[in-house]
Amino acid sequence: MAVNTDAVGKQFPPVTYAVGREKVREFARAVGETEPLYLDVEAARAAGYRDVVAPPMFAVVYAMPALAPAMVDPEVGIDFSRLLHGGQEFVWRRLVVAGDEITTTAELVEVSERAGNGFYTFETRSVDQEGAEVCVGRWMNVVRAA
Amino acid sequence: MLKVTPDRYLTVRYAGASGDFNPIHIDEEFARSVGLPGRILHGLWMMAQCARAQTEAAGDPAALRRLDVTFRGMGVPEAELTVTSTVREERDGVATVDIVVEQNGRAIIRKAEAEVAVGGG
Repeated sequence: MAVNTDAVGKQFPPVTYAVGREKVREFARAVGETEPLYLDVEAARAAGYRDVVAPPMFAVVYAMPALAPAMVDPEVGIDFSRLLHGGQEFVWRRLVVAGDEITTTAELVEVSERAGNGFYTFETRSVDQEGAEVCVGRWMNVVRAA
Repeated sequence: MLKVTPDRYLTVRYAGASGDFNPIHIDEEFARSVGLPGRILHGLWMMAQCARAQTEAAGDPAALRRLDVTFRGMGVPEAELTVTSTVREERDGVATVDIVVEQNGRAIIRKAEAEVAVGGG
């Protein structure tokens, strides 16, 4: 399988995600969190946050609307029937709270081939409503050899 | 060590919470049709257990600065996962932590690394 590297460096349009209190709670419960900062508005406010705090891995939720169109882009050419999530990295700058509006931009940063498998790495950069960076993600996808 | 047993319908709840509705996680028949033993856990849910182990140990969600996970094995519902964290080094108020996730006696995440602020840093 020859991978197409033409799209490396392609940037995709920014997408803004509005962080909602109940979505944060739903996500926190689904990953087994019991931390009151994620679930209890009063506890979050008592700790100095404006509203409930999103667990760090909530980055998946606010970044995905920007990443999803990049992954299905025909110029990138990922074969979804053979797709595996190979790895994931997040670097967090600050916590996100309900009420934040997070804008994420995705870029295809690397495409390579090893033993017939295609490796596609995207980077997402997420900023808050003030433009301050909150999280950078690296999403490593593997397309298995046919 | 963090222990967690995903129940039968966990993958359905996580799919809804995360927006990842890939049928290999929620449809038993589909998962088998593509050669899997059955529905498998979302890799990002397993990663969230790695994250939770760090923030619970630190007592502060803001302490987790970086998490890098390589997915190799597969996790399945209805069997206990254990998340083991080992501090490799500590420098300038940041601990570098190696994380392993095991299920049914196998490592399902063998290579994961976190950077966690220590001492209120």
